Amino acid sequence: METINLLIWSFDALLGLCLLWLAWRTLSAPDLYKAVVLFVAFGLLMTLAWVRLDAPDVALAEAAIGAGLTGALLLSALARLDPAVDDQSIVTQKDNRPKSESVQWAAFMSLILVAIGLGYSVLSLPLKFKGLSPEVTEQLVNSGVENPVTAVLLNFRGYDTLLEMAVLLIALLGVWSTGNKPKYDKPFSSPVLDFLSRLLTPILILVAAYLLWVGAHAPGGAFQAGSILGAVGVLLLLSGWRLQKDSSLLLIRLILLAGPFAFVAMAVITMMIEGQLLQYPPAHAGLLILVLETTATLSIGATLAALFLGGPPHLKNEESP
Amino acid sequence: MTITDYLSLTLMITGAIFFLAGTLGLLRFPDVYTRLHALTKADNLGLGLIITGLILQLESWTVAGKLILIWLLVLLAGGCVAHLIARGALQRNVRLWKR
Repeated sequence: METINLLIWSFDALLGLCLLWLAWRTLSAPDLYKAVVLFVAFGLLMTLAWVRLDAPDVALAEAAIGAGLTGALLLSALARLDPAVDDQSIVTQKDNRPKSESVQWAAFMSLILVAIGLGYSVLSLPLKFKGLSPEVTEQLVNSGVENPVTAVLLNFRGYDTLLEMAVLLIALLGVWSTGNKPKYDKPFSSPVLDFLSRLLTPILILVAAYLLWVGAHAPGGAFQAGSILGAVGVLLLLSGWRLQKDSSLLLIRLILLAGPFAFVAMAVITMMIEGQLLQYPPAHAGLLILVLETTATLSIGATLAALFLGGPPHLKNEESP
Repeated sequence: MTITDYLSLTLMITGAIFFLAGTLGLLRFPDVYTRLHALTKADNLGLGLIITGLILQLESWTVAGKLILIWLLVLLAGGCVAHLIARGALQRNVRLWKR
């Protein structure tokens, strides 16, 4: 037993050190492309760290969003940078920043303040505190689901998820309002890519549906399922799939709105019936959560794919030649 | 430890050796194409061995099915992505390594 413990301990220590080292390499890499790749590697190791911390829900989300989709978003942002401003000049701009002593002192002092604040809040936590998990376990029967994480996210603190949906939508509006044209890369024509996207698209949609359904009693849920759908969108965009009909433009906007809208509508209705925001009647909680999660999954998937596109989608024949 | 335990231990250690060899190839091989070769060949077989070793320890067939599905998806994605990267490198005129 002793050796096993020692092995596990050294694995965790190695993992923590690798994370710190990768974070430092990501921030200090002069080449932006390299920094993105390092960031993805950091996300994958972070996933492992969440697994070690017994938080498979967070690990799933980190793998799908932190490592996968954020990597794709960063790469597409990198491709949009003005080619005239190459990596070298970004680096030199950084070096030309005024580095007077007063600025350095101010940065140093604010670092000290943050450290003191963090230290104080850690020390002021009660030494013996079981956390809120006993209360969650106690109330789980009323939540309509069996997975405590889903119960907290969709029921006990449903407004957190409501606000998260709003944040995603606002992020997308921010991207759209920059006035950038969506960037349709010339599709990389390859029979292998066509085969892969044809085969993977239905499988991934199935996986997303599975994750959504399983979220009621095991790790999974709207964000994990939505990010898989987003990945389907990215794959389709990369392999040259384009919108064909006028009606699909409107449909996409409706899907983008469905999740936040369903949440707000649910909040208003429960406010009127139960007298409290997102307080579901326990008898119907399971069904209501499933409806909310399904619309949220669709919206999250559409939002993430739209973020990757980088502008309001338009039809194929409007593409610049 | 039973015979099954020893068998799955052997399978998983062999799988880990394949991963190690693949990583060594990624670090030591001279160009994109040879590195891709090392990575995909070694990792696909290594993952297969580790998954076989894990399945021997399982009691539920559904979990075994999920693990096999994961392996098949990794095989598919690994092979296709290796092809796509190699093709992209060829189109960008990345030279083949010659001694």
